Amino acid sequence: MSRLGKITRRVFLVGAVAVTGGVAVGAYAITRDPENPLDPSEGATLNSYVIIDKDGVTVIVPRAEMGQGVQTSLAALVAEELEVPMSMVRVEHGPPAKAYANTKFISPRSYDSEPPMKLVNTVMEAMPRMMGMQITGGSMSSVDAWDKNRVAGAAAREMLIDAAAERLGVGRDQLRAENGAIVATDGTTIPYADLAEAAAGMTPPDNPPLKRPEDWTLIGKELPKLDQPAKATGTAPYAIDTRAEGMKFATVKMSPRIEGTMVSFDASEAEGMPGVEKIIDLGDGVAVVANNTWLAMQAAEAITFEWGDAPYGATTDEIFADLEAAFDTDVNSTPHEHGDIVEAEDDVVAEYRAPYLSHAPMEPMNATALYTGDALEIWAGVQGPIITQQQAAEAVGLKDDQVTVHTTIMGGSFGRRGFNDYAIYAARVAKEMPDVPVNVTWSREEDMRHDHYRPGAIGRMRARLNGDKVEMFKADLAAGSVMRATMKAFMGMDRPMSDPMVTEGVAEQPYGFENVLIRGYVPERTPRVGFWRSVGNSQNAFFMESFIDELAHKAGVDPVAFRLAHMEGVDAETVEVIKTVAEMANWTGKTPEGKGRGIAVTYSFGTPVAEIIEVSNVDGAVKIDKVWIAADLGKIIDPGNVRDQLISGAIYGLSAAIHDEITFEDGMVVEGNFWDHDALRMNTTPEFEVTALALGGAVGGVGEPGTPPAAPALANAIFDLNGTRLRQMPFRHEVDFFM
Amino acid sequence: MSYKITVNGTSHDVDLPGDVPLLWVLRDELGLTGTKFGCGVAACGACTVQVGGIATRSCQVPLDSVEGDVTTIEGVGTPDNLAVIQQAWIDNNVAQCGYCQSGQIMQAASLLAENPQPTDQDIDDAMQGNLCRCGTYPKIRAAIHDAARAMQEA
Repeated sequence: MSRLGKITRRVFLVGAVAVTGGVAVGAYAITRDPENPLDPSEGATLNSYVIIDKDGVTVIVPRAEMGQGVQTSLAALVAEELEVPMSMVRVEHGPPAKAYANTKFISPRSYDSEPPMKLVNTVMEAMPRMMGMQITGGSMSSVDAWDKNRVAGAAAREMLIDAAAERLGVGRDQLRAENGAIVATDGTTIPYADLAEAAAGMTPPDNPPLKRPEDWTLIGKELPKLDQPAKATGTAPYAIDTRAEGMKFATVKMSPRIEGTMVSFDASEAEGMPGVEKIIDLGDGVAVVANNTWLAMQAAEAITFEWGDAPYGATTDEIFADLEAAFDTDVNSTPHEHGDIVEAEDDVVAEYRAPYLSHAPMEPMNATALYTGDALEIWAGVQGPIITQQQAAEAVGLKDDQVTVHTTIMGGSFGRRGFNDYAIYAARVAKEMPDVPVNVTWSREEDMRHDHYRPGAIGRMRARLNGDKVEMFKADLAAGSVMRATMKAFMGMDRPMSDPMVTEGVAEQPYGFENVLIRGYVPERTPRVGFWRSVGNSQNAFFMESFIDELAHKAGVDPVAFRLAHMEGVDAETVEVIKTVAEMANWTGKTPEGKGRGIAVTYSFGTPVAEIIEVSNVDGAVKIDKVWIAADLGKIIDPGNVRDQLISGAIYGLSAAIHDEITFEDGMVVEGNFWDHDALRMNTTPEFEVTALALGGAVGGVGEPGTPPAAPALANAIFDLNGTRLRQMPFRHEVDFFM
Repeated sequence: MSYKITVNGTSHDVDLPGDVPLLWVLRDELGLTGTKFGCGVAACGACTVQVGGIATRSCQVPLDSVEGDVTTIEGVGTPDNLAVIQQAWIDNNVAQCGYCQSGQIMQAASLLAENPQPTDQDIDDAMQGNLCRCGTYPKIRAAIHDAARAMQEA
């Protein structure tokens, strides 16, 4: 999520006062949080992030681990200041709590951000906490944690020193924290475990000193990820692995016309099938509870249904006709309007399209719930535990504090688990099975056909060249509104609102066009949409960076030089990543017969990323040989994790660009499994080379920004290879790929 | 009726219909949750186990057709007693979300048993049925090579 930035900055500019440096968050808010939700049965809590007991240090990382490495990198920020080796650190997600709000979640992150303004900062960081926005998303976890976690670790360290000073009767200057203990100048060493109780009674410092970067031993190093032993031995506890005494296994069948009504159903055959214990009418679908998940799924297949109509176009063509019609409605947002926009006949004009997409994480949607009349317990991988607690409570008629949410690790998400429908279904099923823990697992088909899809989109691009520069640039973009879907799901508000996610990826790119108009349009109805890794950037970067390539070729300028010529003087970091990736790939602008190369660059989530892709012709099929990636993270917590995430993001983007689409017939999603919604695999994954820069400034997100440039870099490489200009994903409809 | 199967060296009597896939016997009946459900149609490889030493999609083997001893990820090694291949996975920080990795390791273990020094092409051929949505393929490849080397030295 992004881009409340521009507007809010302007609104608040008058009263703004620049922060003079140092830690921009109110450190005391972390060290003395009156709402510390931790109440450990053993050991002591020094603040909302740190528990110390006899076995070591538990660091709370209140962000969901979905593969982005957050539970190691955020723990390392605390451990760095606390002076504990990672081998002594255990990580827990912790309970849903306002103390863990992602306070940077709606803060501006633009390439042209002025230094943070105090008032804006205060408002934008107070709101998520007030609203209980404990959210893992928007590539914001590291951004949010950078100061907070270090302050939490440093405060705990200082309190341990205070406790040791009191015990030993020496001055603080005689003591230092080292390797999980306080060490005195005479060599006396007291392990943290022995000091924890006393330290918890010390007054937390308001502004604990933070280590200088040159003294860091964890930050900036590639660390062993703490979850690797469990994940290599099948012992990592995903939600789907939750097991309890007397547990039952269930599945659901919901309208294949998503969010449509259920008119009637006949479960007479299913009722007598093996293992079936209960069939539950949920109103909008049916749940089958059995003694085995597969038997529940078999019985669910035997139920016959009459479903109501789809609340959106019945076919892909109708749905895209709605998108086309959106261009004739009122503008939803105008993120850029500057200079003179005069259209001429010889303008360069192109229309691009992107399909609806499923997230298809490896672990299908599921959750476990136990309802006991006056309490509900849920085990689920959710990106928003507080809202899940509230919505589950409402669904079963309990108060929020009667609901316990255990946030598990996730078998992938890519944004899917930003919505929690599967957890709420589990709560509703559990209510009909009092005192019985029930795991409710969707079939892969149910998962793929009931997603919150990446919206299908159309981009109408127009530009005029003057010599080798863009004189006028205009983009009209139409897509289903993720903002509206979000407000509907979480606030019950279903009405149009200005949505920056419709235009991000075309908007806020550092091209410095003088005459520019970028507008977003939203259709009145759409199949359900949601956050798909990099959100609006995922389609708009394809539109933008392919069109820029078209303009470069039209102008007869090398695509790297063309981008640099526009960006020089606009954003130094983006310029640097382009130069870096060109150097890595030894870009000359020329490729031999049978090879093709393309470049794309996108600024998203505070992180500019440039990718060059090289393809070759193998017996008429396109093979991706190599991908070079350069990015500027500002600061780097774990270079290994950064590299892995950039590669992961690119592979996710390439998988979709080549293979994937969600299509509709009779209001129902056609694609149902990996047979028809495939991805890169071992034999089709190219070689990668990554350079992660840390050019200073705020830490940038890394979970998503690797994705947007991948599709256009590939499209541009294919144009270089064989002259085919791809303006619609997935590319497999027009190009044969090496398999 | 009851079926007898041997999993990780332990014999079990399983009282489920004969058409229940091995995957769901392991997960829901025996509590061996290291083997994962991904697709149910042998399109992703997350459920890969070894039956009689051969990498097998457990979602496609009915209980009444299990012929041979079953080895799951839990039978390969544990956090306190890691197999060489698991150590190679850990040393390479392979897993991101990690959900597919049990299946990846079972498939790779089968490859290494047949072919102790696989080439990149051998790895492509053996591993392409195992999907990873996080895209950890380059690291899986590296870990297989590392495991092969470590097994040679052992």
